[in-house]
Amino acid sequence: MDYNLMREFADSCGLLGMVLFFAGCVAFALRPGGHSQAHEAAHIPFKDD
Amino acid sequence: MKFGTEIVLLSLFAFAALVAAGFGVDEAFRQHMWVLFFALVGFNAILMRNTDFKLAAPIDPAAYMDGPIRYGAIATVFWGVVGMLVGVVIALQLAYPHLNIEPWFNFGRLRPLHTSGVIFAFGGNALLCTSLYVVQRTSRARLFGGNLAWFVFWGYQLFIVMAATGYLLGITEGREYAEPEWYVDLWLTIVWVAYLVLFLGTILKRKEPHIYVANWFYLSFIVTIAMLHVVNNLSMPVSLLGSKSYSAFSGVQDALTQWWYGHNAVGFFLTAGFLGMMYYFVPKQANRPVYSYRLSIIHFWALIFLYIWAGPHHLHYTALPDWAQTLGMVFSIMLWMPSWGGMINGLMTLSGAWDKLRTDPIIRMMVAAVAFYGMSTFEGPMMSIKTVNSLSHYTDWTIGHVHSGALGWVGMISFGAIYYMVPKLWNRERLYSLRLVAWHFWLASLGIVVYAAVMWVSGIMQGLMWREYDEQGFLVYTFAETVAAMHPYYVMRAAGGAMYLSGALIMAWNIAMTIFGYQREEDPMPGSIDALQPAE
Repeated sequence: MDYNLMREFADSCGLLGMVLFFAGCVAFALRPGGHSQAHEAAHIPFKDD
Repeated sequence: MKFGTEIVLLSLFAFAALVAAGFGVDEAFRQHMWVLFFALVGFNAILMRNTDFKLAAPIDPAAYMDGPIRYGAIATVFWGVVGMLVGVVIALQLAYPHLNIEPWFNFGRLRPLHTSGVIFAFGGNALLCTSLYVVQRTSRARLFGGNLAWFVFWGYQLFIVMAATGYLLGITEGREYAEPEWYVDLWLTIVWVAYLVLFLGTILKRKEPHIYVANWFYLSFIVTIAMLHVVNNLSMPVSLLGSKSYSAFSGVQDALTQWWYGHNAVGFFLTAGFLGMMYYFVPKQANRPVYSYRLSIIHFWALIFLYIWAGPHHLHYTALPDWAQTLGMVFSIMLWMPSWGGMINGLMTLSGAWDKLRTDPIIRMMVAAVAFYGMSTFEGPMMSIKTVNSLSHYTDWTIGHVHSGALGWVGMISFGAIYYMVPKLWNRERLYSLRLVAWHFWLASLGIVVYAAVMWVSGIMQGLMWREYDEQGFLVYTFAETVAAMHPYYVMRAAGGAMYLSGALIMAWNIAMTIFGYQREEDPMPGSIDALQPAE
């Protein structure tokens, strides 16, 4: 095991997969209609005590 | 409470420590096992003294479990003062080498005691108790697993005691921020897995459909630290009864593993965990929801995906291949965006409530923390640029950078969270004194400013002196000359650290008095509106 593992990971589809997953996360956070759910989630700390 | 099983298990554990103290193959290991033995026997004695055979009151499954959190808050303050005190001592040792007292209290042994003391003992306890506080209140569920939380708390304190005493005895793996030897590492692994089960179990039994963003940050911190800790500490002990082990990696592979660990410890322990704190305690103290919840989600995922690659920037101009160094640098620079996104999100949470900065020193503390988060995450990527790094690396500039993050961001957000939590945990109407919080704030802020500014000047001076050649290609300064030139800055640095420490002592007094139930009679903070009085 050596640092070439990192390189092999980046050269394979691993890096692409991570980028796509990240883009998916951002797209999901910004999806139309997500606003009201985010608004609700932001108020979770105030439901208690 | 009866502690039958605990007492039996502790006794067996203590007996094993006694056997190891007798048969250990090296002196340091034998001494360390005596420390373990006495710690376990002492703790066992306390358990026995606290045993009573009255029927315990039934536990209300709907009530939050705050006992371990109260202990954790006290441990945070205690270890904070200890760790910062050791920091001031080693700062003075650098300025006045006569203060090195061999063998136990010289710089080489006290330095890891300081770093582990503030990062893992102070910061770790702060994360432990706030994470358990936040996960219950945002999941509206009691902690999972009965007494598991107590095991995690006391197990973690045992790890701290073993790590700290090991350093003083000269037991070290020599891996930065991961100095404890193999047997202490194994113990931490057990405790950490228990912590993960405790946290995840509580999330799984939540009554709130959505998992609040603070919990995402805390969970990523727990999971990533588990992974980092296990991989970085893969090593082979020389003997099962000895204190020495050798890393599974060698040469530059080992260096890369260490800094993959080291930088992600910064990213996930000192950043992600404390961001979890920010996303709960800033909205609570300001009494308004986070500025943009969706930005906080993007902040989370961007940090997760970028931080993990940034480690190689600690190894610029070394035997590490060029591509790996550049990779680390590029990802560090990309980190600017999520870091500043998060900072803006934290600061803008106060929009419309900026007047609170004047009247509420706790909010002031939190805002300063977030501002320092932004400042040190600006400075860090800049220092990771190779040309800047060629000047800054190995100099005290790095130390200044670390402390603006650690004292400014980690310290201040933890103080803010402790000040918020303690009156609630002990059902007190308010803190003992708000004015003392203001004193703490100003002492801490001034201390950081002195510390960071002095280290900028001295670090850049040091870097420039090291690299100065004359017209014939000879180095102008000997190394000893650069050390002598640092002396006034070392003294000023110790003064800055002492200011920060005195702020922490004021906090310890304030928190202790709050716990004992006192309220100081004092004028309200300037600018605050007096409570309305009923008409005569």
